[in-house]
Amino acid sequence: MITRRTLLKAGGCTLVAYAGAPRFLLRTARAAEASGKVLVAVFQRGAVDGLSMVMPHGDSAYAGARPSIGLKPPKRGESERAPDLDGFFAFHPALAPLVPLWESRALAVVHACGSPDTTRSHFDAQDYMESGTPGVKSTTDGWLARAVGVRPATSTPFRAVAIGPALPRTLQGDAGAISMQSLDRFDVRAGADGGARQGFESLYEQGVRDLLHGTGRETFDAVKMLKSATASRIAPANGAEYPRVPLGEALRQIAQLIKANVGLEVAFADMQGWDTHVGQGAERGQLALRLRDFGVALAAFARDLGDKMSDVVVLTMSEFGRTVAENGNRGTDHGHATAMLVLGGGVRGGRVYGRWPGLGRQQLFEGRDLAVTTDFRTLFSEVATRHLGVPAAPIFPGFRSTQPPLNILS
Amino acid sequence: MSRGSRGWLARAVAWAGLGLGVLAGCSASAARAASGDRPSPAPAAAASAPASVNGDRQIIHALSRLTYGPRPGDLQRVRAIGLSAWIERQLRPGTIEDAATERTLAELTTLRMPIAELLREYPRPDPKLRAQIASGEMSRQEMMERYPMEKRPVRIAAELQAAKVVRAVTSERQLEEVMVEFWFNHFNVFAGKGDVRWYVSAYEREAIRPYAMGRFSDLVRATAHHPAMLFYLDNWLSAKPDFRVPVGPNRGRKAGLNENYARELMELHTLGVDGGYTQKDVTEVARAFTGWTIDRPQTDGHFIFRPVMHDTGEKIVLGHRIPAGGGRDDGERVIELLTRHPATARFVATKLVRRFVLDTPPPALVASVAGSYMTTGGDIPAMLRTIFESPEFSSEDAYRAKIKKPFEFVASAVRALGGSTDAQGGMALARVSAEIGEPLYQAQPPTGYADRGEVWVNAGALLARMNFALALASGRYPHVSVELPALVAGADPSSPAAVLDRLLVAIVADQAGPETRAVLTAQLKEPQITRLSPDDRGPANTDVAKLAALVIGSPEFQRR
Repeated sequence: MITRRTLLKAGGCTLVAYAGAPRFLLRTARAAEASGKVLVAVFQRGAVDGLSMVMPHGDSAYAGARPSIGLKPPKRGESERAPDLDGFFAFHPALAPLVPLWESRALAVVHACGSPDTTRSHFDAQDYMESGTPGVKSTTDGWLARAVGVRPATSTPFRAVAIGPALPRTLQGDAGAISMQSLDRFDVRAGADGGARQGFESLYEQGVRDLLHGTGRETFDAVKMLKSATASRIAPANGAEYPRVPLGEALRQIAQLIKANVGLEVAFADMQGWDTHVGQGAERGQLALRLRDFGVALAAFARDLGDKMSDVVVLTMSEFGRTVAENGNRGTDHGHATAMLVLGGGVRGGRVYGRWPGLGRQQLFEGRDLAVTTDFRTLFSEVATRHLGVPAAPIFPGFRSTQPPLNILS
Repeated sequence: MSRGSRGWLARAVAWAGLGLGVLAGCSASAARAASGDRPSPAPAAAASAPASVNGDRQIIHALSRLTYGPRPGDLQRVRAIGLSAWIERQLRPGTIEDAATERTLAELTTLRMPIAELLREYPRPDPKLRAQIASGEMSRQEMMERYPMEKRPVRIAAELQAAKVVRAVTSERQLEEVMVEFWFNHFNVFAGKGDVRWYVSAYEREAIRPYAMGRFSDLVRATAHHPAMLFYLDNWLSAKPDFRVPVGPNRGRKAGLNENYARELMELHTLGVDGGYTQKDVTEVARAFTGWTIDRPQTDGHFIFRPVMHDTGEKIVLGHRIPAGGGRDDGERVIELLTRHPATARFVATKLVRRFVLDTPPPALVASVAGSYMTTGGDIPAMLRTIFESPEFSSEDAYRAKIKKPFEFVASAVRALGGSTDAQGGMALARVSAEIGEPLYQAQPPTGYADRGEVWVNAGALLARMNFALALASGRYPHVSVELPALVAGADPSSPAAVLDRLLVAIVADQAGPETRAVLTAQLKEPQITRLSPDDRGPANTDVAKLAALVIGSPEFQRR
């Protein structure tokens, strides 16, 4: 498949601009001119149960639908119980580390959020959420890549970064996004010999303009810049302690890139293990353990960045939610709407956004799932336009929101 | 001049033209890149059928698609017996002698153990022990003594990973290994999920390998019955609504329908996501499979049908009525329905063509492979033959068009350097595959790993490939040997150009692009490479290892 990413790497326009000078020096200078706003997208792959993450204890149908996995409603003075948010919703008890962020109004929730497409396929739903075009499979690039692509050009190789083994769908396109598993190991380890890096660099500098060569060139630019910025030596600040799980490692390194001023604009990390068909658990158990790591990682990230968090927004997402009723195995099957979190500077937090469709049988989507009342694109486009200052139309082609703006960001 | 070599030359010229286009103005060349069209090799050929690769290039192409990459001498061997005869042999792996591989695998004892024995020999960690460790009551060292690494269940997947590497590197039944990987990925289970830890090696041995070159419906049937799949996609727990466990430790516990397997069976194993099923079909298929479960999962682990869990009512699947009271046969009926469905033929054909021909499968070829599926009842060698004999397979468009997945890259690098590995080395190489982005048997989602280049090409992974190339060529993996001296035998070590020529022939079948060749030639001037005067590393001669690493890390070698 030829993506726009391939096209940019294949097309020659940028080559002329790159000619000659030590690019990375130029890039560092240019990066500083950028607005400094960063959007961090966190994908909960496998479809998180939004009804456990942010439980609607005020909905009378909740408890009956979930006899063994339902959470007990909040109760003042009992810290084991779900912390109440607004008298109707509560966080899962494992998300207690996020409560201070909620109270300081840095954190908001959008509930009953999801895709207008009704697929219950993980693969298709993730694809649609990452491309930003529900129901359209032919979109070659991702919405995050388009968000970067329409911003004024800067010349850092670190505009868009994914921490992980592969470049996610949402960053494929002409953002020149890079992915890495670890900042520490992001170099050619030539040992005492040296020279090898130069050799490899030349191999990818020359030759046909294709995906491999384009990626190779970006890689070596990034290697040099990262070396000069010594990002991997920046320690977590303010006593932040990240959980030792991949999401914790990813957010820790994203914070390093932000603090190293390498010109980061969007970052992506994901977390697996939300597909809780069996033995989901309630206050404790499988899902609680996942949510604990998730909440601790987000809280550590906010703490680590401190004042810098005013330029950062974290947006969490998941491909769909899960059935309202628990299934035959104390788990939940694939559903429809879920809950998403927005954390950071400019967020009008301390509020649950979106219209609550209700859990009564007549109110459910196809008689079984939480209905979608906020198209994920309404949320995503608002975050993109207000935080990154980009127009919505090219990022979510064909989308016109039929609901009033959430006004979740100032 | 043959059509093939003319095509190659024309292509090189066209690329040079593309380079000029870049300087002159970007729009034309960018548009061409966007269209995905390669410059047509020759006007006459482009007019009708796609230009095809011939002669040695055709053999190299087949070797790069049907095997984990050519070894030194493979081209000559295939040339000697003829390409068609060699392909036919690969399609019948039972006729190929492979004792050396079996000998290397002998020390990996878990590969042959039944599930019951694995559960006994590699017990799950005692909860008391875990509590003692968590509380700090027991030191790490004590724990390692009481519960050593080699007695832990993680050993099972580690040996399976090592075996996969050993087979990919050394087996003579290369196409079979490629297909075992392909089908495992198609019917993916994640070795890290619960009891799959103990079931995963049996799964490959019993449900995948015997049918990898057989009939597709047998694969569906075998995976559907296997405890690894029953556990991974939760069907073992799926029961009729309001079922209560009658006996055992969970007595009285309620259970009910779980639609995980039913959905993935249709979406990922057979019909494909656009295969025309509905949510109602998912629920009906889930009902049909109720009662397909695992007997004594923690001591024995084999398939059993439990009538008490089964939903005996009538089911309507894709418009077909499965009458009430079918029992275990309900699931068998569903499998029959699904594996005879034309959407399944199309879906399987698409994936096979993507693996063997192009990331974007040519629709005409998909249609004819789907046709082979329908006429032969899903015979895998028949579908493969249709692919290998097609003009699309041998077209210039397909030549070196696929980007190697991380595991393919690792195995092909060892093979290209005439290398071999023992079981220990296999474990080390499996870790490399993970570093480059593909941990073996560790794909968590049921989709398995993607088979498109853009998924695997990214900055971190590219650096990991280069680092592996350096480590491998300089012999830094103690249990993996590479035969650099043999590759350059006869070349004058004091003539770096002669050494480079040998390496390019051996590693990339002399198919390096002019730019790569120019860069490597320029490298020959580097004192690091030429070492024409003695230094602290010994007497003067060409640094063959570093040159070989550059070739392995080059863009050309990332393709197959």
